[in-house]
Amino acid sequence: MKHAFPFSAIVGQDEMKRALILTAIDPSIGGVLVFGDRGTGKSTAVRALAALLPTISAVENCPYNCTGKAPESCPHCMAKLPKSQAKSGKSKVKPANRVVKVPTPVIDLPLGATEDRVVGALDVERALTEGKKVFEPGLLARANRGYLYIDEANLLEDHLVDLLLDVAQSGENLVEREGLSIRHDAKFVLVGSGNPEEGELRPQLLDRFGLSVDVASPTDLDERVEVIKRRDAFDRDSAAFIAEWKAQDDALRKKIIAGQKNVSKVTTPEDILRDCAQLCIALGSDGLRGELTLLRTARAHAAFEGRSEITREDILAIATSALRHRLRRDPLDDAGSTARVERIIADVFA
Amino acid sequence: MITPTPWEHAAQALIAFAIDPGALGGIWLRARSGPVRDRFLVALTEALPTQKLSPLADDEQLYGGLDVTATLATLKPVFTTGLITRGGVCVTPMAERIPAELAGRLGAALDSHSLSLVALDEGTEDEGLPAALQDRLAIHLDLDALSFRDCPQIDLSDIKAARARLSTVEIPPETIRHITLLAVQMGITSLRAPVHTLRVARALTAMHGDDETALHWAIRLCLAPRMLTPPPMEDDEQPEDSSPDQQQDNDGDDTNKQQSQTDEDLMLEAAKAILPKDLLASLATFDMNNAASTSGSKSGAKRSGNRRGRRLPSRKGRASSSNRIDLLATLRTAAPWQAPRRKARPKDPRRILIEPSDIHIKRTQDVSDRAIIFAVDASGSTALARLAEAKGAIEILLAEAYSRRDHVALISFRGEGAELLLPPTRSIVQTKRRLAALPGGGGTPLAAGLKTAYEVLDQAARKGMAPTLVILTDGVANIALDGEAGRGKAGEDALEIAKALRIQNAPIILIDTARRQQPLAKDLSNALAARYVPMPRADARRMAGAVSEALT
Repeated sequence: MKHAFPFSAIVGQDEMKRALILTAIDPSIGGVLVFGDRGTGKSTAVRALAALLPTISAVENCPYNCTGKAPESCPHCMAKLPKSQAKSGKSKVKPANRVVKVPTPVIDLPLGATEDRVVGALDVERALTEGKKVFEPGLLARANRGYLYIDEANLLEDHLVDLLLDVAQSGENLVEREGLSIRHDAKFVLVGSGNPEEGELRPQLLDRFGLSVDVASPTDLDERVEVIKRRDAFDRDSAAFIAEWKAQDDALRKKIIAGQKNVSKVTTPEDILRDCAQLCIALGSDGLRGELTLLRTARAHAAFEGRSEITREDILAIATSALRHRLRRDPLDDAGSTARVERIIADVFA
Repeated sequence: MITPTPWEHAAQALIAFAIDPGALGGIWLRARSGPVRDRFLVALTEALPTQKLSPLADDEQLYGGLDVTATLATLKPVFTTGLITRGGVCVTPMAERIPAELAGRLGAALDSHSLSLVALDEGTEDEGLPAALQDRLAIHLDLDALSFRDCPQIDLSDIKAARARLSTVEIPPETIRHITLLAVQMGITSLRAPVHTLRVARALTAMHGDDETALHWAIRLCLAPRMLTPPPMEDDEQPEDSSPDQQQDNDGDDTNKQQSQTDEDLMLEAAKAILPKDLLASLATFDMNNAASTSGSKSGAKRSGNRRGRRLPSRKGRASSSNRIDLLATLRTAAPWQAPRRKARPKDPRRILIEPSDIHIKRTQDVSDRAIIFAVDASGSTALARLAEAKGAIEILLAEAYSRRDHVALISFRGEGAELLLPPTRSIVQTKRRLAALPGGGGTPLAAGLKTAYEVLDQAARKGMAPTLVILTDGVANIALDGEAGRGKAGEDALEIAKALRIQNAPIILIDTARRQQPLAKDLSNALAARYVPMPRADARRMAGAVSEALT
């Protein structure tokens, strides 16, 4: 796409925007699941991310977006190293592996994409025309160090969802097929969106996403009018509209960069750990994923807000997103899980 | 203002689309193929260059790719360009057949405004254009009721001038507010609808110069067809109702979400005890030979694709993006010919000489998605208490279907006829909502219920699903297919349709909801070659009996 709608110009949908920003500050939070009605700006927000996020340094034209710091672990940059270096494993970068600033990749994964396209496969073209066995990297490689976006994730074939979550968690894509054996980094944040009316995600996959967000059409008329006005202004003259919002986007980007720098320095008081544990016990969530995500997200939130210590406000701000999908859920239960989580949070912190 | 004819709608739609095709996304045109539609399409091609997009288009057709056959023949990489890469206006016949994957890709292309789509939907009420696309196409048109005589040529002479004026059109902020409010009042949740309305209004203002008329048209073209609830009457733009029913499935009626939970839980508990466990799972082992022995066309259960499922032997074929080349088999075929080919072409630089005819593609056998169709007898004879139990029983089966990721459809029959409450979907939430709202009472139009079940089953099979039918009834029919009351005719009709259903050769379960077991349901079950499961009375004694029976 030529121009994306500016991220800061998206009206409302604060929870979704916050979830996306926090995963940019700390990708280890895990993926984001966005469920909601049509036409509520799910895809717009994700596509706006690429323009908002700070650039990353990566080797020019490297299909894996590698940093160039460890070329021996990247199939593309490894091939460009002189033989002697490749053997000794010395990581002196050859001029060919020039490091440049590139935008954070936000890759669209279309429904019905074949496994080949996702994980990569033998490059048939070169195999047939040149007789060479070359690996053609897939979408997982291109999404490395960025975001992988699946619209209508609930309609994606189950075996692909399994595969994606597996790679997203291990941060590494291992391809063993057609006589190839390739291992490359695939560290990305998985963003899945969908419309619950069209089918749900399998419950065992839900809690492998870090955060989950429910979006709804704004119910306030003024807010709706504002959405339409901005969309209209963007349609008519996107360049001018983007320029108009550039200052806001820049400010937000600075805040994200500062957050990325500070997130490792944020300290965690003992009683905050207790709060996290208590919340998860009250919810009856299985395993420790809930606590970990809660903690990481709260830390990212604190860093984003420029604090050096996690406070209860941080937990309160993100708890619903981090826990909503971890309730032990009866698929036939109508009561919204959001309401249940909010009640439990209020009880614990009362 | 005089109510304009549907054809005038079509003419304005075409003008607006021709002025700003990218921003409008496209037109969802529901019409049978015929002279009316042809006239519209001829006018469309006069106004804009179009290309055809098949509802079965694969990635290669969409995005282009390596033409392996040509590449091998010329020894140089030959690429084809795809429809989405090229952009422009695509016309899709039989758009109701667009699968979810294609809809997803087209949706992304529509969002970027590089592609626009005229979707020709010939579907019946139950099938239609995927909702993701409906939402993204600005204009919804229905030309089915038109006769060719009422359709004069569309005047497209001023399009170019209007296009030039487009960027100068200003829409006042009050109008934007007005459109947004109207959309809310009409119960349209998606914000794309008012955005589209605005875009159409702008295009038509550029054409007519009069923003009032343009706005009226825009509302008729974009908002009226999406309407779920009529707006308050004081509004003079109140457009005449043009069948808003078909939209209801998408944007959902979230209002009746809240209902008393307790009775349902009780029902659930009651029903849990009386249904054999894993009823649906046991169908997998259901002996198909038990059913009618006619071969019947069953496209559902197994599909031979080449991507997923169990491997089949590979086969000669053309390489394309949707196929996976079986490298080993291809090489094995090429191997014996290496010496003669080398002799014929000693200068060829390739180490292995492969020709297009060597190429083998991988094939797999894919077990397709299951669709479980519930046909529920909600008549008075299935007395209300039994209906509650039947609902409970369905809920248990739904939970089972959910864990297996099956599609579910819901049909109810009572009073005058049958109704498809929910076409096959994976959304359990929606199914449950519809089920809870299901009213009871009235006569038993068993034949009509079976007929609807037959149609849904047939459609699901055509879509490549493997349908299973679950019928909950006491078998006592008293309304015939033509709506007449009377036991004799009603029973005959039901048995007649049961025969047709039997030939479909799909697994059927008949759950007998009668208080006392009567031969009627059993007879019907035999006619359907169904698996007969009586639902015993849910009293404590019987329940204990059923449980202990299950334990031994």
